[in-house]
Amino acid sequence: MLFEITSAALDAQRLIDHVRKDESGAVALFSGVVRNENLGRRVLYLEYDAYPDMAERVMREIAGEALGQWPITDVAMQHRTGRLEIGETSLLVAVSAPHRKGAFEACHALVDRFKEIVPVWKKEVWEGGEEWIEGEAVNRSG
Amino acid sequence: MKAKVRLFARLSELAGTREAEVDVGEGLTAGEVYHLLCRQYPALSGLNGSIRYAVNGEYAEPGHSVGEGDEVALIPPVSGGSDAV
Repeated sequence: MLFEITSAALDAQRLIDHVRKDESGAVALFSGVVRNENLGRRVLYLEYDAYPDMAERVMREIAGEALGQWPITDVAMQHRTGRLEIGETSLLVAVSAPHRKGAFEACHALVDRFKEIVPVWKKEVWEGGEEWIEGEAVNRSG
Repeated sequence: MKAKVRLFARLSELAGTREAEVDVGEGLTAGEVYHLLCRQYPALSGLNGSIRYAVNGEYAEPGHSVGEGDEVALIPPVSGGSDAV
């Protein structure tokens, strides 16, 4: 398992290599990428902030939940902080499993869960303004 | 007795700092720490409906006790990843 908040560029191949085991028949990789528009606004770049110690701990928790729920082998997650340009990768989630179904399902669920509870925040900067984007407030028990 | 407070994202911009210290006396709750902090940083007032608390890096209820040396974080709704929320 590997959980990391980093200001360095993310390396998908490194995560794939990390989770792949000899018993893995599948590795699912989600890559979250900065795009050039949101809500009709032309986005110039994004800036991410995080609470790194807690984020890494919460990632470990949700990976543990996924390992209990799906037939998967390993999980790795990374989120980048600081200024990210259009096309750069902000989030990587890699899941290995004996078979593809578990890998796809767990990867999807982990991305959703990440966005609910991992303490990472995004500021959108567009021409003429900027705003911290705040997701739905979600109860811990949810 | 002092506790450390960590601020992130919009909250750190509102307060103009990422870290603060609060005198917790004989002990306070996380919610009380927030209210004390608002006296130091009035710009943080009025957010208690949207923020969550973490004590020592774990999500905690507003009633969670905070003592000497604890680290309290005010957590606005998170928005990691890249697509629209």
